[in-house]
Amino acid sequence: MYGEEPLFGLLNRIGTPVEGHRPWPRYRLGRDGWLRLIEGLAGNGWSLLGLWGEPKAVHAAFREDFSGDIAAVSLDCPQGRFPSLSAVRPAANRLERAAHDLYGLVAERTTDPRPWLDHDAWGVRRPLSEQPAAPVPNPGPYTFLPVEGDGLHQIPVGPVHAGIIEPGHFRFTANGETVVRLEERLGYVHRGVEGLMQGRPVAEAAKLAARISGDATVAHSLAFARAVEAALGVEVPARAVWLRALMAELERIANHLGDIGAICNDAAFAFMLAQTSQLRERVLRTADACFGHRLMMDRVIPGGVATDLPERGAGLLLELVAELRKRFPPLVAIYDGKASLQDRTVATGFVSAELVTRFGAGGHVGRASGRDQDARRSPGYAPYDELSFEVPVLTEGDVNARVWVRIREVEQSLSLIEQIVARLPAISRGLDHPSVPLEAGRGGEGMALVESFRGEILTWVRLEGEGTVARCHPRDPSWFQWPLLEAAIGGNIVADFPLCNKSFNCSYAGHDL
Amino acid sequence: MLKHILTSLTGGPVTETAPAPADPALAELAGKLDKAAKARLGRSLSIREVDAGSCNGCELEIHALNNPIYDLERFGIRFVASPRHADVLLVTGPVARNMREALVRSWDATPGPKWLVACGDCAVSGGLFAGGYACVGPVEEVLPVDLRIPGCPPRPADLLAGLLALLETSAAK
Repeated sequence: MYGEEPLFGLLNRIGTPVEGHRPWPRYRLGRDGWLRLIEGLAGNGWSLLGLWGEPKAVHAAFREDFSGDIAAVSLDCPQGRFPSLSAVRPAANRLERAAHDLYGLVAERTTDPRPWLDHDAWGVRRPLSEQPAAPVPNPGPYTFLPVEGDGLHQIPVGPVHAGIIEPGHFRFTANGETVVRLEERLGYVHRGVEGLMQGRPVAEAAKLAARISGDATVAHSLAFARAVEAALGVEVPARAVWLRALMAELERIANHLGDIGAICNDAAFAFMLAQTSQLRERVLRTADACFGHRLMMDRVIPGGVATDLPERGAGLLLELVAELRKRFPPLVAIYDGKASLQDRTVATGFVSAELVTRFGAGGHVGRASGRDQDARRSPGYAPYDELSFEVPVLTEGDVNARVWVRIREVEQSLSLIEQIVARLPAISRGLDHPSVPLEAGRGGEGMALVESFRGEILTWVRLEGEGTVARCHPRDPSWFQWPLLEAAIGGNIVADFPLCNKSFNCSYAGHDL
Repeated sequence: MLKHILTSLTGGPVTETAPAPADPALAELAGKLDKAAKARLGRSLSIREVDAGSCNGCELEIHALNNPIYDLERFGIRFVASPRHADVLLVTGPVARNMREALVRSWDATPGPKWLVACGDCAVSGGLFAGGYACVGPVEEVLPVDLRIPGCPPRPADLLAGLLALLETSAAK
């Protein structure tokens, strides 16, 4: 099947393009077309970028990995049913379960029909459908997948974990110390973001987008802003484009530094955490001094940015880069040279190249297992097309490889910050901060792919003429990484789970929405 | 490694001076702690953090309290792994309905005397998520709140000031 037919070749044959969807086309398919698409997906040529519901329709987005072509497809489901993609694209399963829980859409012939986000606690079923229903009286317990065998025992963990982390449930089945299977149950942090966005003015929805996942607040804000700007055909000021990239790279560095230290800490090497957390704090303070918020929340807005870099900002940023260049490499040398640390990270939590490709996992999870994908480069967006950077890719697929991808990305981001500071365009006269107003009166549909520190975020938005959000679906990279964590821990000992988990660092809030 | 340790030994501490305990927080706490509790708590405080639907922004800043710059443990305040070891539940998020039961169970598992701190705008007021089908709203809708630390997310210095206030009040007399 691979390479048999180009994505657009097939879609032009089986679907009709929808007007006003930017920058990539959206095709409306009939049921036959949807089935033909599923056949095409049996190959490995197309990555699933997302799948989301509406009360009477289901949408999905794909990328042809070879050419980089991107398209969205839609199927009207007047009966609330659609053929499932999960048999050919296992990554679609949890998204389909989420679409069922929120919109009541039934995925036919799915590989797993269990509820996902709905824990029978909302007081309502399918809350975002046209006709929400009353909750089920006395709902039964959630059924975990059966595991059978001699000498197996189960270890339930969560939703409240031992550390200061987000809630989720992990069901380990172990034989002695060795994990035979891990099953995740998520959805505990479901706050109803998609529902809250509906009918809100763009500016308010942007605040919700900034709080989808706090550690990737810049990236999620950027994805939302770019999707809105695509829908309205808005051009943002050049300086805003560059400032956005600056914030995104600061966020990437801060998160990677925190995680590198935390991974080592989970291997009982607390020294690294003590060191990298100081560097992380240094980055956050610089961000605070430059943009007025340590995490730079609500600083990227549709139309531009909400604050400009102060005069001393460029100097502060260059000082930061210089200090990190001095203090980070010795720590990397220590990481690489400590046998006790390497013993825990090398060959632990292996994920195969085949799996990351099958699931379309991005970020350090994909790149540590050979999947050379970075949304900054493909499809690419400004200003990265004018900046020089490398995307580090390794093939070992273990915890160590994921640490190294992060180390290399920190180095790349430092260089990016230097380039951005050197080339930052001037602000137009008479503006407090670089942004353009979004005029009401136009609607449209837009999509954006943005590279967060943990991988690519897809945001799809449909705007009404009066400047409100009709429907928005932000898809966090974690959707395609969480399932791989289940695979990564298999065959490892229970004590290595924190290492595996931290090397992935999937978002709970971003996933649960 | 050795060079690093020597540099750290000779370089002096990186830890910063603590902020003054937050006054409004102190006022809020006054009268809430009885004498027996003060006697039992002394000058140490064990905190169990519970994320009840946060975007993880608050967690990032709570984590920062443990770094060498804020170094929370120098005040006798530490984060513990179980509510059974805790004096205080530090709760973030607009209490997602899917987390409500877990939060209540964590509170029930915390031995008295115990206090509850609502951390961040979501926990204090429900934030942007109040009124949706998926969130209960402020933590006080579910459990009695002793101290509120607003902010989105609160800066580590604000968190520290709030927690110090809790300690000061509980240790007074």
